[in-house]
Amino acid sequence: MTPQSSVFVMAALKIEREAELRVLLASMNELSGQANPANPLVPFTEFRQIHYARFAILEDETLGDIHAYFLPRVDYPVCLSFMADFDGMADDFRAELAQRAGAGLDRIFSCCQGYTPGTNLAQWMKNHEHPAAAMYVNWVGRTAAQVEEENALRLALEAEMQSAPSAYEGKTPRQIHAALKDFVYREKYEGRLKLTAPQATPFSWWFRNLVHLVGVPLVLLALAPVLILYAPVFLYQLRTREKSDPEIAPQVDPAYEEELAHLEDHDVTNQFTVIGSVKPGRFRRGTLIFVLWVLNWTARHIFNRGHLARVSTIHFARWVFVNDKRRVVFASNYDGSLDSYMDDFINKVGWGLNLAFSVGIGYPTTNWLVLDGSKNEQKFKYVLRRHELPTEVWYKAYPGLTAFDLRRNGRIRQGIERSAASAEELREWAALL
Amino acid sequence: MGGAVVNTVNYADVQGLVRFGFVAMTEACYVLVKIKNAAAARTWLSGASERVTTAVERKPAPPAALQIAFTRGGLEALQVPGNVVAGFSSEFLGGMTGDGNRSRRLGDTGTNSPKDWEWGAGLKTPDAVVMLFAEPGKLEAWRAQIENGSWGAAFEEIQRLTPSDIGGREPFGFIDGTSQPDLDWDQARKVSANRDQLSYGNVVCLGEFLLGYSNEYGRFTDRPVLGAGDHGSEELDSASDRPGKDLGKNGTYLVIRQLQQDVRGFWQFLDKAAGGNRQARYQLAEAMVGRRIEDGAPLVPLIDRSIPGVGTGANPAKRKMDVENNQFTYDSDAMGIRCPLGAHIRRGNPRTPDIQGNPTGIISHLIRLLGFGNPNFRGDLVASTRFHRLLRRGREYGPKLTPEEALQPAFSGDPQRGLHFVAINANIQRQFEFVQNAWIMRTKFNGLSEESDPLLGNREAVPGCPFTDAFSLPQENSVGRRILDIPQFVTVRGGAYFFLPGIRALKYLSKAGG
Repeated sequence: MTPQSSVFVMAALKIEREAELRVLLASMNELSGQANPANPLVPFTEFRQIHYARFAILEDETLGDIHAYFLPRVDYPVCLSFMADFDGMADDFRAELAQRAGAGLDRIFSCCQGYTPGTNLAQWMKNHEHPAAAMYVNWVGRTAAQVEEENALRLALEAEMQSAPSAYEGKTPRQIHAALKDFVYREKYEGRLKLTAPQATPFSWWFRNLVHLVGVPLVLLALAPVLILYAPVFLYQLRTREKSDPEIAPQVDPAYEEELAHLEDHDVTNQFTVIGSVKPGRFRRGTLIFVLWVLNWTARHIFNRGHLARVSTIHFARWVFVNDKRRVVFASNYDGSLDSYMDDFINKVGWGLNLAFSVGIGYPTTNWLVLDGSKNEQKFKYVLRRHELPTEVWYKAYPGLTAFDLRRNGRIRQGIERSAASAEELREWAALL
Repeated sequence: MGGAVVNTVNYADVQGLVRFGFVAMTEACYVLVKIKNAAAARTWLSGASERVTTAVERKPAPPAALQIAFTRGGLEALQVPGNVVAGFSSEFLGGMTGDGNRSRRLGDTGTNSPKDWEWGAGLKTPDAVVMLFAEPGKLEAWRAQIENGSWGAAFEEIQRLTPSDIGGREPFGFIDGTSQPDLDWDQARKVSANRDQLSYGNVVCLGEFLLGYSNEYGRFTDRPVLGAGDHGSEELDSASDRPGKDLGKNGTYLVIRQLQQDVRGFWQFLDKAAGGNRQARYQLAEAMVGRRIEDGAPLVPLIDRSIPGVGTGANPAKRKMDVENNQFTYDSDAMGIRCPLGAHIRRGNPRTPDIQGNPTGIISHLIRLLGFGNPNFRGDLVASTRFHRLLRRGREYGPKLTPEEALQPAFSGDPQRGLHFVAINANIQRQFEFVQNAWIMRTKFNGLSEESDPLLGNREAVPGCPFTDAFSLPQENSVGRRILDIPQFVTVRGGAYFFLPGIRALKYLSKAGG
């Protein structure tokens, strides 16, 4: 199995070059916000390991919200961020980026402070990376190449059944399975289909994953006495704050909403980038660190097969602390339009949204950390939209495919590669076609 | 409620269309107008606001009805202050054709593109719609009464929509408007924002269809609430959820779309797909719709338990029919063998609870909450239907054409046919737009691929998808059957979002700016 990795590079802009950078980023697109896969600056399509990538300028218009806590506004510099989700290891990815897109990235990053042309690009990126506090991957181990192969497989099977209906209609699942298996065998032999076997799991990754799998519960277990003793105090601290924390949820400026919407719904999948400040004080920050630490563990070891709790429309998502954990960037790739994404979330995992986002300044009032909050539907949507940022350049390696498509295609492939299966299994398999 | 009357709706303040379909008034016309002169329009409105048909039940029923609704442009033309207008929802303010993203989401691209509409875009965007309904033979006289006084000075007519009565069936030949939500007028329904509803129900909180009341989240949908000192606010009722005077109260949003239906194209395509077999042709049409053409019965069997809000009317015959047509869910047909997953009514109303599997125990609920324990592969993709309901008041236009007649080629001058789709909802984004976008138009609805709504789909290309014009018929114990190359049957010809004010709000509008 090839594990997935991600990078999140962030660097302050040279303000005098912001306009130039925006033009440069826009030149990478073929449609508003949609990257031209073969753009000369970063020819994404040449990187077979990339699933998603984006450039977003992080300019937070909500920094003044801190006034609600009678604290002075901190003017964090406007930053450029580059994010990518890919197969394999980050070191290899950075090296390949430097090699294939070095000149383009050089032009882009030279608009950032502390970057001088000719710098060792891979090293510079590494120095400006922020690790994700929590990372969600829809299906750990599914590579971009595999997605492509499995989609080609499904389309070939569909075409085969359409072109020779008499060979399949009215046949039993077992007969269909055998016939399609033969068909795939022939297609592979002719070189028209390819189903690459998974590679061996890198030992270092496997080992670190195992340590993480066991380590987090062990640490929790060791901390349990403290946590239990602290729980009443925690609840007291939480309730006091929940009763007084201000909501900052005005209706979003229609012009801003339109600017964001302009970038959306060109593909069946959309991007989402938000930034927000964590409520002041150690309590909220500590809570978030803990929540994301646990969330990250569940995403890595439990929700790594097609769904994050009840939501099965997220491809990749990350929470990243920036500015000394005083701010958080959340970025995701999800299926459907933003409105339906938010509705789906509110109705299916409203409690989870509250856990992961209620520490943001202005979030709709929660109760007991998981109740209400996002269920204040309109305010929740305003807050999210207000904190959302335009994603200047967004790349998806497999346009037209949803997370569900990938899951179904994977199942179709599994079925084709199986030799023995029960009648029930074959019946379920045939229903996928 | 034990005599507590605080929650009683003042029907006299609600436009009648929210409560009645005016079905006995088989004649209708919707006049789309621009406001030429604000003062004249206000004069006409102040007279008309007395004649607007309210939701009060009258015996005998009135022979004719009048309803009035405004777009953003209309409110501005009446000189409603900008800060008041800004209190309406962003979808209403942006308008149905306001931006390219909305058009993409609604499927208004390609031949559905607003630039080709007969009305609703650019200069043909109405400020208001004046809807007239009348019993047979009485429409002309009613019109003469309404389009009177300062009407001529006030308005410029940009389009007149004239629904026709073709016997309660939409132009393709199916009974239309069979399933409607049951509005909780008494506000007896209790919802808790944090509690999942474990089974599908048809009773829906009043706040989903009327502003100023609690919705399915137990919240009040945003709408303009004026300060007590604001100009004209003395006309308005106090808001129930906060201080101030509620301009939205007893009002709602009206979505109107003109959907042209290619009736001949529909039946001729089906005839070809069915190899000329009459029975197979009807079967395929029924699979696309999800109901039988003859009586509107669903393709899935009725369930034993009654569904709250189904079969609750006062009329026993209608109650029985409602049970026969609506006492069902798709729980017994998870694979779509009886009713295809992409059938029109299954997209429009998937009848799903908040969480599948009726998990009554804490542990089973927790397992479901974490996304596990679902025996069905598609299982949990589409949930919480109750937040996405529409009250439909559509009427057909054009002459009737039976499915058999439709097989004949069109003659020159063949009149147009279609539906003036009218939907009522308090939150356009979460109701109409969600249903239209995520359920009807989306080619990935419920895990499907390469197909949108069999009736309404625009068949427009989706990047990365080989085609979008299929319809899947899952088969028991075999691979599914797929109908391919389905042409577009429905073309959008016009549309707009309106605010349908309460009567007090109408009076406020008639005095706005003055």
